[in-house]
Amino acid sequence: MVIGKNSRRVKESREDQIFYFVVNVILWIVFALIAVPLLYVLAASFSSASAVVAGKVYLWPVDFSLAGYKAVFENSSIVRSFCNSVFYVVLGTAINVALTVCAAYPLSRRDMPGGNLIMMLFSFTMIFSGGMIPTYMLMSNLHLLNTVWAMVIPGAISVYNMIITRTFFRSNIPNELLEASQIDGCSDFVFFVRMVLPLSKAIIAVITLYYAIAHWNDYFNAFLYLTNKKLFPLQIILREILIVNQVNGDMIMDAELMEAKEGLSELLKYSLIVVSVVPVLIIYPFVQRYFVKGVMIGSIKG
Amino acid sequence: MKPNISSAVAEKRSGLWRRMVKSWQLYALLLLPLAYLILFHYVPMFGIQIAFKDYSPAKGIWDSNFVGMKYFIKFFKSYQFTQVLRNTLVLSLYSLITSIPAAVIFALALNCVRCEGFKRLVQTVTYLPHFISLVVLVGMMWQLFNPLVGTYGTLYKSLFGKEAPNILGIPTAFYHLYVWSGVWQNVGWSSIIYVAALSNADPGLHEAAQIDGASRFQRVIHIDLPTIYPTMIILLIMRCGQIMSVGYTKTLIMQNSFNISYSEVISTYVYKIGLGSNGNYSYGTAVDLFNSVINLILICTVNKISKKVGEESLW
Repeated sequence: MVIGKNSRRVKESREDQIFYFVVNVILWIVFALIAVPLLYVLAASFSSASAVVAGKVYLWPVDFSLAGYKAVFENSSIVRSFCNSVFYVVLGTAINVALTVCAAYPLSRRDMPGGNLIMMLFSFTMIFSGGMIPTYMLMSNLHLLNTVWAMVIPGAISVYNMIITRTFFRSNIPNELLEASQIDGCSDFVFFVRMVLPLSKAIIAVITLYYAIAHWNDYFNAFLYLTNKKLFPLQIILREILIVNQVNGDMIMDAELMEAKEGLSELLKYSLIVVSVVPVLIIYPFVQRYFVKGVMIGSIKG
Repeated sequence: MKPNISSAVAEKRSGLWRRMVKSWQLYALLLLPLAYLILFHYVPMFGIQIAFKDYSPAKGIWDSNFVGMKYFIKFFKSYQFTQVLRNTLVLSLYSLITSIPAAVIFALALNCVRCEGFKRLVQTVTYLPHFISLVVLVGMMWQLFNPLVGTYGTLYKSLFGKEAPNILGIPTAFYHLYVWSGVWQNVGWSSIIYVAALSNADPGLHEAAQIDGASRFQRVIHIDLPTIYPTMIILLIMRCGQIMSVGYTKTLIMQNSFNISYSEVISTYVYKIGLGSNGNYSYGTAVDLFNSVINLILICTVNKISKKVGEESLW
């Protein structure tokens, strides 16, 4: 590598110089295409309504104001759905992680009779399912429609995440450790709680984050199973405001002028986008490497 | 001899039994997950039979009248059949041919960057959209492409001096908006796997090629690209198995009365005819079953082919 680096510096051909230049240009373009819309939304959310409607905002707030955020937090349905979403994330992720780990560990053990058969039962659901309507009928027969459980029970185990976890257990929990513990009279429960879980913090972090983000962003479960407005998660309200465009009259406090009202409703959309993405963005920089790790483990066949 | 064999079998059986008893704690751990799996994944599979029946809530799933292939024929004969099939295939093939090359080219370019800081900056920013929800993604798209107040509208006006045409109102633009917003959201994330494969490549190959006078571009084509080739094939196989399934969430969110004839895919159609107003459970289930069976056949075929062609396969 050292030789490579030196030779690169000493005699970089004209062709290579052009190549590196082109590569950098491509990456800057990709970077800009992704960063600019995000920055624009952020800038618009901190601008004044009139500047947003007049299209004066590009990458920096114009007439800095917090009016959009004020409108967001004064809106009771947004605040309530935000709290609902937080609740679903916490409850749902706890259930997900517990069930996934409990399924993945026994299936990672090669000495358990029938393990492959049970694994096949799990894997089969990845390529075939009962489908939307039979599942809906089941939910309705179990009286789970319009309950909190409708948001956390369907998809309680993602087989994909379970397989990642199982792969991790297989490659990171040495068999010698199990044998040594068994000689010392350690039962499977104790081994699981005392050894496996503490050694698997990394994978538990990965799947916790995957599940938490999936719950935060989940739209379809609520769309399908909930009609009670009090239970709506943020994503449903987001869709109503951002896409269906139903800004209720009571959403805007000073509805004096129609124009101001419309401007504020535009501004509110930007602020709302920021508010809804912030929980994810706050944790994102800290956990990025875990996410990447998850992708890498997932790419290894178990 | 006979008693010997049977006693050996019995011994083996009791051995299995003993091993099962010995690992009872493992089964206990599996109890809840397995119960969930059976109740929420296998029980609905029994519900599929209503695709062949005239489901009536009064009679229930098992006692409804059997009607055979009625609903499948109804679907094949309906004018929407070709439409939803076309939309499904166009959307998934279009996504396939854009997303994989985009991620590969992006990963190759990223691998050529010599400044670590710049590389990390680009990676951090491009992974980010993956975590934005689909509702927000579509909402942002609607805002930015708004011809009156969006960035697109104001930029167009300042460049050409007239009002921008409304892209969102053009029905056929749905395909492009759907696919390219997907590329925007996932190009960084799907490149991770390639970047990792590239960083595991043998540096000796590069050194040898450099000594032989290969340019960086030649090394990309002859060393980097073959390195990620197996990964590409695996992902391509996986995507080919999903050609008939276009995610309903994004499609449903993007759907409106303008683009409905281009945005109705099988999964959204199932929702509408099955659970929408005047929904017919049996008809919806039949269409859904048709879709899942094709998916199942596709993924098995593709896997078999890839097993024959190379050693890459999913199972």
